[in-house]
Amino acid sequence: MKSFNELKKNLKKDFSSFKKIKIAIVGDSSTQFLTQGLRGYSYEEGYDFEIYEADFDQIEGQILDTSSSLYEFKPEFVIIFQSTQKLIKKFYKSDKSIAIAFAENHIKTVENFYFTLTNNLKTKIIYFNFSEINDNVFGNFSTKVEQSFTYQLRKINFELMNLSIRNKNFFILDYSAISSMFGKQRSFDSKIYYITDMVLSLEVLPWVIKNITDIISAISGKFKKCLILDLDNTMWGGIIGDDGIENIQIGNLGIGKAFTELQLWIKQLKERGIILAVCSKNNESTAKEPFEKHPDMVLSLNDIAVFVANWGNKADNIRYIQSILNIGFDSMVFLDDNPFERNMVRTHIPEVLVPELPEDPSSYLEHLLELNLFETASFSEEDGNRTKQYQEEAGRVVAQRSFTNEDDFLTDLNMVSEIKGFNKFNVPRVAQLSQRSNQFNLRTVRYTEDDIEKISFSKDHEPLSFTLKDKFGDNGLISVVILLKQKDTMFIDTWLMSCRVLKRGMENFTLNTIVKIAKENGFNTICGEYIPTSKNTMVQDHYAKLGFVEENNKWYLNVFSYQEKKCFITANY
Amino acid sequence: MFLAIRKKNVLSQLIINKMERNQILNEINEIFKDVLDNDEILINETTKASDIDEWDSLSHIQLVVAIEKQFKIKFSSSEIREWKDVGEMITSIQSK
Repeated sequence: MKSFNELKKNLKKDFSSFKKIKIAIVGDSSTQFLTQGLRGYSYEEGYDFEIYEADFDQIEGQILDTSSSLYEFKPEFVIIFQSTQKLIKKFYKSDKSIAIAFAENHIKTVENFYFTLTNNLKTKIIYFNFSEINDNVFGNFSTKVEQSFTYQLRKINFELMNLSIRNKNFFILDYSAISSMFGKQRSFDSKIYYITDMVLSLEVLPWVIKNITDIISAISGKFKKCLILDLDNTMWGGIIGDDGIENIQIGNLGIGKAFTELQLWIKQLKERGIILAVCSKNNESTAKEPFEKHPDMVLSLNDIAVFVANWGNKADNIRYIQSILNIGFDSMVFLDDNPFERNMVRTHIPEVLVPELPEDPSSYLEHLLELNLFETASFSEEDGNRTKQYQEEAGRVVAQRSFTNEDDFLTDLNMVSEIKGFNKFNVPRVAQLSQRSNQFNLRTVRYTEDDIEKISFSKDHEPLSFTLKDKFGDNGLISVVILLKQKDTMFIDTWLMSCRVLKRGMENFTLNTIVKIAKENGFNTICGEYIPTSKNTMVQDHYAKLGFVEENNKWYLNVFSYQEKKCFITANY
Repeated sequence: MFLAIRKKNVLSQLIINKMERNQILNEINEIFKDVLDNDEILINETTKASDIDEWDSLSHIQLVVAIEKQFKIKFSSSEIREWKDVGEMITSIQSK
């Protein structure tokens, strides 16, 4: 992690080629270092954070007065940092009779901040939760005393989580976890606090800043989707080819425990939707042996979407994995104990994140936890099935190679697509696709669950969601179209699709559906737009290919002269 | 004769002291250059915050933290507030 001094030096650099994001910071302690460091760190991550820093201790004034300069600034994110140090002061000064309701009142205040902000701005809130301390007025006994600060403090942290579940655009920066990682002694410098009113030590500051940026990145659609694993001395101790299955270290003995616990954590990642792949220098059958036969292995072959074991170089093998999964290199993390392999992959595919690993396997897991590699901005139950879907995809890739004619292959798939609007069951998934689709996304407008819900009730919109299943399996909800009824035209506000169903004729099928809806609503013309980003060049000719005609950067299609496009997908409403 | 020896000792103490102070000065000069991100900064014992553009109240905190780390010491909050120039900072460091 770069030090605050290093981050501050970035302020002199040129940010002009980076994506600009407007952020407001309000705090009840001094936030100058936080502001400087956050902007400096954004340079490291390829962002240009434009930061509005409210005057010291002006939270209420800035948020509750909707004519304040914060509202004028129109931030995409508002970071609210209230500190335990100020909270405890407020608690001590308040009347003891209301101590028992302190947490509840605080939560009401925060929720009021949230609604005032989000009702008047299109913005998301990042709220610091509190570092947890015991003020030792009651000692350990405070856990039995509802009126104690310790009790109320912990209640606030707990209720903040509920608040963030209730409100989709409210995100918590888990400062409680960060400060406990460092301990109070290192995260809080009382001397600096009394002189400058800053509550974050220079040591903890870069970690806080990293976590804020992780949240903002994830919400902006940049996050990790896949973990690629080396095997020997990464997933187990020893070398399977040399040591043999009975001698590799895994399980409860000695250092084996460290590998087991690492695997347990990786299994959790897989269950929440991170795709696992293996990239190992081994014979395939040797590499698979522990997965099949070792009683202490946590991961099984079913957990691995793509298994590559050969003697080729790892950069090529990772390119192969990428070609099957069809996700960006920048969404991949590669784990390997060997510094040579790590550097090799870093040099050849710099987009792949390759964390350093400590020499001692017993610190692997702790080290990886600190790095917060897998921040996300959404979660749906469907995520856990992702590995299965990618395995099915690998089956399709093999099947496709057995057909010489593309149409024969597509017919043989027996594809069925279910077309629905947005409903309470699919809103989370629709929002998630809106957040994470980068490549097949014509306008890349990001919608949160809240937005999607609003659109589902809107009279001006025709929301469409598409699933796709075939004989190999169910891909689930893979495409979203949002049509906006304008005066004379039906405007395609959103057209996005998951890349795992490319080349199945889904685009034709979708357009047939759009035309049908346009006709039903009495429109003669459909209008589409392509807004280029660094990632969506895949669809730059999308509308031209489908027969739209360009005029002033917009693409138009006449509904009446439209010939239904050939496709091999059966519709199901 | 005794007086002469004592005088000589005091003198050598002063010289050692001066050498030590110079060494600290050189070390913190490097810290100043790094923290204030300016390689041309040259400080001496009488340098004050007002003499260096980049030395404001915020970077002062960075300097304090960097010096504490370098010399593995902790200043008290009153020390930090009371320094008038680099010389007083060096005296504080020496006293640890």
